[in-house]
Amino acid sequence: MGGRAYIAGAFEHPGRYLPEASLAQLHSEVVLGALLDAGLTLADVDGFLSTPDAPGFGVITLADYLGLDRLTFTDTTETGGSAYVAHVGHAAMAIEVGLCSVVLITMAGKFSSGLPMPSGYLDAPELSFEIPFGTSLVPEYALAARRHMFEFGTTAEQLAEIKVAASMSARHNPNAVLRKVVTVEQVLDSPLIADPLHKLDCCINTDGGGALVVVSEDVARSLDRHCVAIRGHATAIKGSFGGRTDLTYTAAVHSGARAYGMAGVGPEDIDYAGLYDSFTITVLEQLEDLGFCEKGKGGSFVESGALRSPDGSLPTNSDGGGLCNNHPGARGGMPKLIEAVRQLRGEATPEVQVRDCEIALVNGIGGSLGTRMGSGTVVLGREAI
Amino acid sequence: MTTRHELPAPAPIVAPHSADFWAATAQERFLVGHCPACDQWFWPPTRSFCPRCAGPASLREPSGTGTVYSYTIVRASGAIALGGGPYQDAVPYVLAYVELTEGPTVLTNIVGVDPEDVTISLAVRVVFARTGGPQDPALPRFQPA
Repeated sequence: MGGRAYIAGAFEHPGRYLPEASLAQLHSEVVLGALLDAGLTLADVDGFLSTPDAPGFGVITLADYLGLDRLTFTDTTETGGSAYVAHVGHAAMAIEVGLCSVVLITMAGKFSSGLPMPSGYLDAPELSFEIPFGTSLVPEYALAARRHMFEFGTTAEQLAEIKVAASMSARHNPNAVLRKVVTVEQVLDSPLIADPLHKLDCCINTDGGGALVVVSEDVARSLDRHCVAIRGHATAIKGSFGGRTDLTYTAAVHSGARAYGMAGVGPEDIDYAGLYDSFTITVLEQLEDLGFCEKGKGGSFVESGALRSPDGSLPTNSDGGGLCNNHPGARGGMPKLIEAVRQLRGEATPEVQVRDCEIALVNGIGGSLGTRMGSGTVVLGREAI
Repeated sequence: MTTRHELPAPAPIVAPHSADFWAATAQERFLVGHCPACDQWFWPPTRSFCPRCAGPASLREPSGTGTVYSYTIVRASGAIALGGGPYQDAVPYVLAYVELTEGPTVLTNIVGVDPEDVTISLAVRVVFARTGGPQDPALPRFQPA
């Protein structure tokens, strides 16, 4: 069997506004970039994963377009922006049981083309109990933020610090959309979109994408490239399950605990975190759910400067994250994975590189904090094979 | 801030799993899924089965009262990315979860009150906003009890 799986290649599209490129072209650019990074070619690929918003029919079209004629494993798990985190786990499982040995995970999105929704979205049974009331993503996340404030005393200033930390990292990222450091006051002075969330509590929206190459232990050994070990992974789904709404936690409570268990580590072992940052509140709840602080204490945790790279107690999203760097196609999981790989390889921008970065955690949240979501957690290790 | 306008009342998509619920709203009756075996109430009312025990569930009329679990004042029409077309000119308005007295939470609007006066735990009761004529569905919204 294939043994432990490793991330051997990672590539993030440098573009943020790409109206002239097609989705197929963006996929091909990031795929070729990730393979080049790993020292592999298209002919080596026998596993292929993407989401159903890829152009064409599932992954069939892209496999054909890219010339992937020896695939033995494919998957199109769709859990929104967290899907690519889930894909890393699925690639690792497929490699572990020997189904394949070189797996591509590709993501590309163009926000300018509108939100990519799954084809079954309009048949969702809950749709007519939500849309006619003027709901949408920002208001739904605002509902979660308001409830968190009510139960735990979390403040708008504390949420704003999450944006401040992201902006302090983004200033060192030449590709980031927002490279100017912002202050708590500037976040609070930005327009309220759906209170308590301000404009600067929200992520940016961009075009772009990224790809990863996940390989077996044997392949990793043969490559002249630092490969990052996939030590633990898990996914979870949380909804109201019939109207039992609790907006103060995410599905990361479940995926995180299981990923830690598989990796044999705990939150105290994590040197760097890539946390889904569609909104500031998303980060705050994940910090609590993943055990970096007690439930309800996320506000004081971030207020301490914990998230700031490289010297906070939990350097997080050192590329500037979705709040400042990019959020391609409204799906932010892939950039989180790529920056975690950079950190573990020691290849992050020097100003934000975490010293002795041994273990990283990436968590994705897809769907909505205010209704139902999918969470994916992976634990990655620097150790050489 | 005062509510200067009636909120839009776009017609819901009526599907086989929700037809009975929406037909009742035309008569200003608010129904919620209920499992007699578990004595549990469920929202949204789209299931003929109990999501806990898998036994048969049906629609039942609750008290129509509850409290605000969480709310937001939607202030920027740019926030309305998905299907919110009719609401583009409706800001500011209140989107909220109401926790029904019977238990489940309902995503809805709070009306009949200055948005700035809405609070978590505010006691509310259901009211109906017609989407068309007397035979058409009406949206269940909530106002201070």
